[in-house]
Parts: sequence; structure tokens; C-alpha cells
Amino acid sequence: MSDKVLYVMYDDDHVLKDSAKKLVEKGVKITEVFSPFPIHGIDPIIGVKNTRLGIMAFLYGLTGLTLATIGMRFFMVTDWPMNIGGKPNFSYLENILAFVPISFEFTVMCAAHGMAITYLLRNKTLPGMPAQNPDPRTTDDKFVMEIRLSENNKISEKELDKMLQEVGYLELDKKEIK
Amino acid sequence: MEFQITKKAKNVAFGLMGLGTLLTIIGVVLSASDHHFFTRLMASGLISGFFFFALGLGALFFLALKYATESGWYAAIKRVIEAVAGFLPIGMIVLGLVLLVITINDGAHIYSWMDPKVKAHDELVRHKAAYLNPIFFWIRTIVYFTTYFLFWRGFKKRSLEEDSVGGTALHFKNYKRGALFLVFFAVFSSTSAWDWIMSIDVHWFSTLFGWYTFAGMWCSTMVVLVLTTLYLKKLGHLSNVNNSHIHDLGKWTFATSFLWSYLWFSQFMLIWYANIGEEVVYFQTRIAEFKLLYFGMFIINFAFPMLILMSRDAKRNAGILVFVGLTILMGHWLDVYIMVSAGSLGANAKLGALEIGMALLMAGTFIYVVLRNLSKAPLTPVNHPFLDESNHHEI
Repeated sequence: MSDKVLYVMYDDDHVLKDSAKKLVEKGVKITEVFSPFPIHGIDPIIGVKNTRLGIMAFLYGLTGLTLATIGMRFFMVTDWPMNIGGKPNFSYLENILAFVPISFEFTVMCAAHGMAITYLLRNKTLPGMPAQNPDPRTTDDKFVMEIRLSENNKISEKELDKMLQEVGYLELDKKEIK
Repeated sequence: MEFQITKKAKNVAFGLMGLGTLLTIIGVVLSASDHHFFTRLMASGLISGFFFFALGLGALFFLALKYATESGWYAAIKRVIEAVAGFLPIGMIVLGLVLLVITINDGAHIYSWMDPKVKAHDELVRHKAAYLNPIFFWIRTIVYFTTYFLFWRGFKKRSLEEDSVGGTALHFKNYKRGALFLVFFAVFSSTSAWDWIMSIDVHWFSTLFGWYTFAGMWCSTMVVLVLTTLYLKKLGHLSNVNNSHIHDLGKWTFATSFLWSYLWFSQFMLIWYANIGEEVVYFQTRIAEFKLLYFGMFIINFAFPMLILMSRDAKRNAGILVFVGLTILMGHWLDVYIMVSAGSLGANAKLGALEIGMALLMAGTFIYVVLRNLSKAPLTPVNHPFLDESNHHEI
């Protein structure tokens, strides 16, 4: 399906935020905002859903905890019972205090790495991946709002242009997508 | 000033004091003939005296920390912190009195190193006498009290002065004094915990005991700050405090609970692992005499905030915060109760009318003093340089 994308550029995050607020009030759906840094408070304006990264963090942490427990039980108790400090070397449960720090560390490690990799994958920003942002200047000092016509069926392109004229912008770039 | 103590709050505070006094008297009557009565009386005084003193001290520390880090978000709740820190003088009087009576009675079997008879036949106590002797103990106690008092008075004076003067000169003075306080506090928080609490188990020592005590105190203080802020919000005050401030206070509660649990566990695990007789005896007493309370207290103070306060929404929900807050406040009081009782009374310790009565009496006094402090100053520090930032605080 062919689509038309509007890239509206600003040189100040506050101006962008105010414009976005006015556009959204008029019923425009803003797909995405590209910015060199996180803009505080933009999420609720353009309707970004709450991140589900926290749920994944919990699952990764749980994986880490399970792996650590299985591993330590096998290494230290089942396969080759280790006697450290005269502590019971045949029981995981009676020795559980000694395993707490490692369980903790491994949980944190799995959660952190899992989150970081998930984040990069989901955003398609793994090292070496092609850049997603429409204009390289958004990595420097410009801010771009992306509006797709297909997501704004009720508003014609002309109406949208008029609205954009009203709220003001720095540059406007239009692109056809096939 | 804009905040007046409501009649209801006054009734609650005085009701708690009355109920506490009544329970204390009942406790005294019930156990006056007891062989360990005096030790128990002094121990319960030390428990609640120290716990509520620590709430004030924790607030003073938190205020100094905010000054030293030049934080902005807290400006809207600064007066709440100051009001809680304002309990410090009363707390020092109570704790000082308890310590004085204990000293006059040769340690009252709480500080056994103060007892000349114990010293005569105890080699280890003689060995520690250069540090643990009543005179040096009192020199240190007075130095702590004086330092805390002077810093508190300075912060209070400058805070009220800032309201009328404005500018940044006072702010930078507070910044310097805050950092200086932290330097003193870094040493005193440890040594005072050794002096007042750890010396009860005179043969035992742990280098991280000071941080452990301090972390418990800090966590309790954060809970009190959340509760006071929520209370004032409910009455319609503190209009510039929004959900994000509450969220931040909730995060502090959550984080300090973890700090406390981390230190508790570090102390426990290292001693358990090394398994050296003179060290494990500390935990053996606790496990033998206080098994349920000791581990129950740990679960309350660790698992409750961890499981309930983890999500973002929970930290913004007043009901959940109050519930978790009150629970861990009791948990930390129990922690202090075991710290003091296990070493002094051991198997003879009881959690009865005496201990609870004393705690309620102090709680009532604490509530009244904090509310009175709140009514004495404007609730918003109008000329705080970061007030605007705090008003727009959003996370």
C-alpha cells in the first residue's frame, strides 16, 4: 500500500512538544518523534504505550535465577560435592546462604543483558544495522515529527498542511512510500 | 501559619501518649516484682528512645544529603523533612536520660562493661576498657549530641532566614554545611551505633554494624517522610507536591529497604560462613530466643517493600504506601527491639505491655512534636533556589 509520510522538523524540543500537543488536540496521529535525546513528557502526548521491557526484565531475571540455581546445585553438590568451611556439602538447601550472592549476581546479569539486547533488537538499533531516522540531523540538534497519511484517514493532506502552517515548523519534508 | 494541628490529630497524638503511659504503668505493675524488671524497664526505654531519636537524626541526615548534593526535587517537601528533624532535641533528651539512668546504675545489666564487678573478672572487657568506659562513653555521647544539635539549629535558622532574605548566599552556605555534616556523620553514625547498641553484646563486634543500624534508621525516616507528606496532602496542603514527589519518596523507601536488607544479609552470611565461635554466638542467641521475631522482622523489612513497592504504580498509590510504610516501621522497631533485648535480657526478654507502652508513648510524642513543628513554619520554602524545579518535578 502506498503511503505518504510527512517529516516536520523543529530546532527546539519544547516547540516540538507544544506543536505536537496542538496537533493531537485536532485529532492528528503522530507516529514517531526523532530526537537526539529523550524528550521529557512526549510519550503521553503522542500516545506511546507503556513499555513492556519491565516484564521482560522480570522474565530474564527469573531465567538467570533458575540457571544459577541449577548450575550451582550441579557443580557444588551433585557432580562434585565441595566442602568449603565445613559447611554441609551434600545439601543445597542447608547451604543456601552461600549461594545467595551468586544467584543475585547472575539474576542481575541476565536481566541487564537481556534487557539491553531486547531493547536494541526491538528498536532495530543493533550495532551495524541501518539507521532508522529520516534525517541525520536528528542525531545532532534537530527534532523531527513523523506523520503518516495512512494513519490519519479522516484528515486530507491539504487540511494537514494547513494545520502545520498554523502551528509552525522549521522544515517540512514529504516522502512517498510504496 | 497555613498548617494548624487538627483536633483529630491532637486527639490521636494525646490518645497514643495516654494509652502508652497506661500500658507502661500496667507493664510496671505486672513485672515490678520480676528479677529482671529494672533491666527490662531500661531496655524498653533504650529501644524506643533510640528508635525515635533515630527518626529525627535520619531526617537531619537526609536534609544534609539534599543540601550537599544540591538536589532540586525535594524543595517542595523540605519543610516536612525539617519538621521530622525537629524531633531531634526531644529525642536527644529522652535518649540522654535513659543513658544517664543506665550509667548511674552501673550499666543496669544492659551495658555490662559499665559494671565494675563484670570488669574485675572479665578479661575481654578489661581489654576494651580504653574505649568502653563510662567517662569516654559520655564524652562521645555529648560530642554526638552537640554536633547534631548545632547542625540542626544552623539548618533550621538558615532555612527560615532564606524565606525572608532569598538569594543564593544562604544556599551555598547550606551546601557547605551539609557536606561538612556528612563528614561528621560518616564517622558518628558508625561509632554511635557501636557505643549505644553494639556494646550491649560487649564481647562481640562487627565492623558493618554501624551501617546496618544507620540503614534501618534511614529507611524508617523515609517511611515517616512519606507518611507525613501523604497526611499533609490529604488535608489539602502542599499543593505543589505532585505524584512524582510521592513516587520519589516511595523509591527512597524501596531503596533504603534494600540497603538495610543487604547489610543485614552481609553481616549474617559472613559470620555464618566463617563459623567462628565468638562471632556466631550473636546469632545463636537471636535464633534460640527470637527465632520467629528475628526472621519475621527480616521478611517484613525485606520482602514486603520488595514485592509490593516494586511497580511504579504502587509507589504512587497512597493506600499501598501507608500500608507498607506502617508495616516496615513496625518491622524496624522490632529490629531495634531485638538488637537491644537479645544482648541485655536474652531468654528473659518479653515483648509485653512495657515495651509496647513505651513505644506508643514515644510515638504519640513524636507525632505531636512533628505536627507542631509543621505548624510553626510556612509549608513551602518560598525562596529556595530550586523551588521552581521542584514544582515542575516530573518523572
